[in-house]
Amino acid sequence: MPTEQQTLDEVLKLAATQFKIPRESLTPDDDFFKKLGIDSLQALSLLTRLEQHFNIELPDYEMQGVSDFRTLAERIQSRL
Amino acid sequence: MKQFHGQTLSWTLADGVVELALHRKPCNEIGSQTLEELEQFTGTLPELEQYAHALIVHSELGCGFCAGADLRELYRRSEGMPKDQATTGVKDFLERIHLVMNTLDASPLTTIGAVHGIVFGGGLELALVCDLLIADKTARFCFPELRLGLIPGFGGIPRLKRDLGNAVVRDLLLTGRSFNAAKAQQIGLASQVVAEGEALRIARLTAAQVGKFDRNTSAAAKKFLKPIPYDELRREIEIFCELFTQPAVDAGLRKFVESTDAQPYLP
Repeated sequence: MPTEQQTLDEVLKLAATQFKIPRESLTPDDDFFKKLGIDSLQALSLLTRLEQHFNIELPDYEMQGVSDFRTLAERIQSRL
Repeated sequence: MKQFHGQTLSWTLADGVVELALHRKPCNEIGSQTLEELEQFTGTLPELEQYAHALIVHSELGCGFCAGADLRELYRRSEGMPKDQATTGVKDFLERIHLVMNTLDASPLTTIGAVHGIVFGGGLELALVCDLLIADKTARFCFPELRLGLIPGFGGIPRLKRDLGNAVVRDLLLTGRSFNAAKAQQIGLASQVVAEGEALRIARLTAAQVGKFDRNTSAAAKKFLKPIPYDELRREIEIFCELFTQPAVDAGLRKFVESTDAQPYLP
């Protein structure tokens, strides 16, 4: 099983790739809505991509109120 | 009429396949304009059926297949109106959209939904009238209506019950959670999951395949396998209209429409 740090790194890498921004510009505590400039529909597309990558099911109500990469990675880690 | 291009959708007929394409921005929300054009389409369908064996329904927009009912229009139309008058307007809309959905559901054509991205609420209900659902891996499905104090109103529950186990239906409905294409295939909703951007191409291949069979036999098989739950569909309209009078609905709609929350679509 990956460590929490490895999961966080993967989340940051996937987000950067999906929304075509440099990985170096993202930090764990960034608000991903603001940093990626995305709305809730695009957040759902990120969720879909993360579920596929980690081979998990992450109910979106667990995402409610989550806006930073670190917390998002923690939620994913709890499903691995 | 073998082709049509409207404000919210278009259709074409070529090589025995009708393609109905949604293109109303931002994400094919179903309001009065879409309903009128869907009615135009189903009014033309008997003529198209003479020359076709399959119907493909898809979206031309990148955001997805359809985000469901146009809640902003519903809110604007109901705002400040006496509740009984607003409910009558909603009931009229539901009766009309049910007629459209039932016509598509009962068509002798083999109907194929090619979906991607957002397939929410009324969008999922439109997908559910299709005989076969081909989902690209970006597709995300959801019935978020309970957060508005409502149930799905375009025929969603009876059609979901027809196709899936009751426990799955309860999970999707009562939690309002969304689920991805892999899950949709696992529970039996999607018949195929394909790569991003490939759903329409695979739907066309599938349409060509079903065109190899005798049309009447395909239509008879469909009629036998896919009965339309008319009684439950009627009951759904009644329950929806009963719930629509609740104060919770006004609050839910207002919250959605006026929200500056970055996550209004997250149930």
